[in-house]
Amino acid sequence: MQIQPVLSALRRHRLATLLIALEIALACAVLCNACFLIANRVGLMHVDSGVDERSLATISLTGYDDAKSTDLNARVTSGLRAIPGVQSVSVINQVPFGEHAGTAGITLDSAGKQFGGVVDFYVAGPESFKALGLQVVEGRAPSSDEYQPLQQFVPSNANVLVTRTLADHLWPGVDALGKEFWCDKFHFRVVGVVANLAKAEGSEGGPSTIQWSVFTPAQPGPNLSGRYLLRADPSQLWRVLRDARAAIATVAPDAVVDQLQSQTITDLRERHFRQDRVMAGMLIGVIVALLLVTALGIVGLASFWVAQRRRQIGIRRAIGATRGDILHYFQIENFLIVTFGIVLGMVLAYALNLLLMTQYELPRLPLYYLPIGALILWGLGQLAVLGPAMRAAAVPPVVATRSV
Amino acid sequence: MFGYYLDLALRSLKRNKVLTALMVIAIAVGIGASMTTLTVMHLLSGDPIPTRSATLFYPQVDPSPDPDPGHTHEAWDMMDYRSAMDLWAAHRADRQAMVASGSLRLTAPEVNQPPLMAQMLSTTSDFFPMFDVPFQYGGGWQPQDDQSRSRVAVISSDLNIKLFGGANSVGRTLRLKDNDVRIIGVLAPWRPSPQFYDVAGGRFSNGKTASFYNKPEDVFMPFSSSLDINASGTNIFTCWHVPDADTKIEDKPCVWVALWVQLDSAAKASNYRRFIADYAAQQKALGRLTHADNTTLRSLMQWLDFNQVVPSDVRLQTWLAFAFLLICLFNTVGLLLAKFLRRSGEIGVRRALGATQGAVLAQCLVEAGLIGLIGGIGGWLLTLLGLALIRQQPVEYADLLHLDSMMFLTTFVMAIVASLLAGAVPAWRASRVALGLQLKTL
Repeated sequence: MQIQPVLSALRRHRLATLLIALEIALACAVLCNACFLIANRVGLMHVDSGVDERSLATISLTGYDDAKSTDLNARVTSGLRAIPGVQSVSVINQVPFGEHAGTAGITLDSAGKQFGGVVDFYVAGPESFKALGLQVVEGRAPSSDEYQPLQQFVPSNANVLVTRTLADHLWPGVDALGKEFWCDKFHFRVVGVVANLAKAEGSEGGPSTIQWSVFTPAQPGPNLSGRYLLRADPSQLWRVLRDARAAIATVAPDAVVDQLQSQTITDLRERHFRQDRVMAGMLIGVIVALLLVTALGIVGLASFWVAQRRRQIGIRRAIGATRGDILHYFQIENFLIVTFGIVLGMVLAYALNLLLMTQYELPRLPLYYLPIGALILWGLGQLAVLGPAMRAAAVPPVVATRSV
Repeated sequence: MFGYYLDLALRSLKRNKVLTALMVIAIAVGIGASMTTLTVMHLLSGDPIPTRSATLFYPQVDPSPDPDPGHTHEAWDMMDYRSAMDLWAAHRADRQAMVASGSLRLTAPEVNQPPLMAQMLSTTSDFFPMFDVPFQYGGGWQPQDDQSRSRVAVISSDLNIKLFGGANSVGRTLRLKDNDVRIIGVLAPWRPSPQFYDVAGGRFSNGKTASFYNKPEDVFMPFSSSLDINASGTNIFTCWHVPDADTKIEDKPCVWVALWVQLDSAAKASNYRRFIADYAAQQKALGRLTHADNTTLRSLMQWLDFNQVVPSDVRLQTWLAFAFLLICLFNTVGLLLAKFLRRSGEIGVRRALGATQGAVLAQCLVEAGLIGLIGGIGGWLLTLLGLALIRQQPVEYADLLHLDSMMFLTTFVMAIVASLLAGAVPAWRASRVALGLQLKTL
């Protein structure tokens, strides 16, 4: 099959060809970027929190008298421990995907000159480290004597664990163990590195800093109270949480249960990424609608061309062209138009990505999205043109002998 | 002539129903998607208080003690208590209100309901007249209540319904933590979009700013007495040093108070600008502030812009919807071209019988416009559907969404303009059909 006659025919229909090609180009640009955005959102949604989400739940209390917080901690922990199926109860200031509590900027020198970044301090009491199920990749877990009483939101001098990502950010290429950092007058020394520990909700910084967390061991007291971490077998967790909420009414009637924050970590995660999930769903909807509209456009125009060329097709058939030749003619025509659109579309896709990068925290569009987008559009084009092309192939040679 | 063209257009649309349906669907879907997102944008980016916004301003001074040789530091979004209090107490604006928010435990004696955590706004008496806050019962407090630390409160309409079934609760008592507070006013339903007076920190929120569209607080109390009751539950924006545990909130090295001022003329605004600059310079001379030159006075709308209140996802959706509309339009252009050129013979006859090029052009455009109108009806229905879908989403602004008359009109204007634009090139081509050639083929 020769391309030459197809091209010269297209040249007679420059405007229509250009329109379809432009439509394809736009579709290609939006398709590639929308897919990339979806992949990005899905990637965010799958962030590793570093904790045993399926076994963990949290109870969050508010509204109690600050002066009674030590007493409250004692009442609540013993009350929650009495629930059958509870493996451990500990006091913690925040949990992954829950409301943030320990967000602060840190510096790498005591004078506060060398800014390290804004991190989340997980300040947590005994048992919490084991309950969270954090995975130590370097150094050691906090020892029991490192859980010190608090005068402020963090201990004034503490041995802490940082995440791998934070260690690599603060001390690239060097061993983080034994390194020190400061937050105002508070001093910290790294004794261990954990694989992951995601920040809480509402913390500062974008997706790239999601793992910037510090695990700080501390004793519960006036500065660490009101949020409790429950660990139970995943199959019992939901019942344990329900019982725990009920138990609060009897052991701590002076406190108000924050219903929104007293959830399993899985549910907190679900809610944290709700917006991203909605957005991904919306993007998928747009992609489907977009492909549909584009396909319909191709069907419409191809049908028009087939009807317009009925006579010529009849003549070609009469002088020896097979049905296959006619079919291929329209397929090749479509392929050429779509290819032209794709070439233009790749440039557009790249430009659109650059525009999005200025507006949103987005990486550069990986190049492999372009051939994938191209393949989808080629496939779509061929699929859309198949119907009209088969109708064209079915035109009988006898048409040539009739006048219109 | 228009009636005749309309008749022709209707006939032509009926002749090829599939092609017509394709075009109408393309326009309807494109318009539906873009009008849904545009309506959300319109509602979220609008002026929360149109009658007053031009006269409302947000002064800022910079209490940061850190040296900043490059002057790159933007002043924090709120002020420390001392600065805000000094500026407020100077009463140099037509009206001024300090604002801080917090949460605390609330019960109503006489009402048998479990305690709940309520959001409380600490503010000063000018707040209500300055922001045109509507009252259902009673009213706000007087300046002397701010001075005398009166235990009085204004509650929202929602809270009044929840606790008192919507009855006039003025004079009744609320128990905030362990303090009795007398209700002196109940607001009528009030839902500014965004909740502008609490907006701060947008630049740190990474585009997730939906919380700016929360409902207003449930309890409003005089700034002074609310600190007596709930200093520990007051939200702090940030601190430049970690405060000592026993420091009173007023003395903490933290920013947590916003100040809103009403300045009724441009001259007053520039005077006020000078006043805060002078204040900062004086405080620098006294050694309390480090950055005297870092003062700003943004208008309400500038402040909302600075905080990028419209969530970035909403903006992204709008871009996406318009890209989609563009694709739908290209599609329609292609189909209209096919449709018009298919009638070349017919057009040739009309031209031969004396129709001008303009007449053919007009006829084609009427047909395109008609498609736009039908597509617009579909688009309107799809917009209603789209908004209903978003209302089901658990987002803060869900209850704000509705199609107002302006957006309703915009839907149809946009549909018709879009289809006329799409029809322009095909119509032009159709009007330039070579006469002789077409007649010969007949």
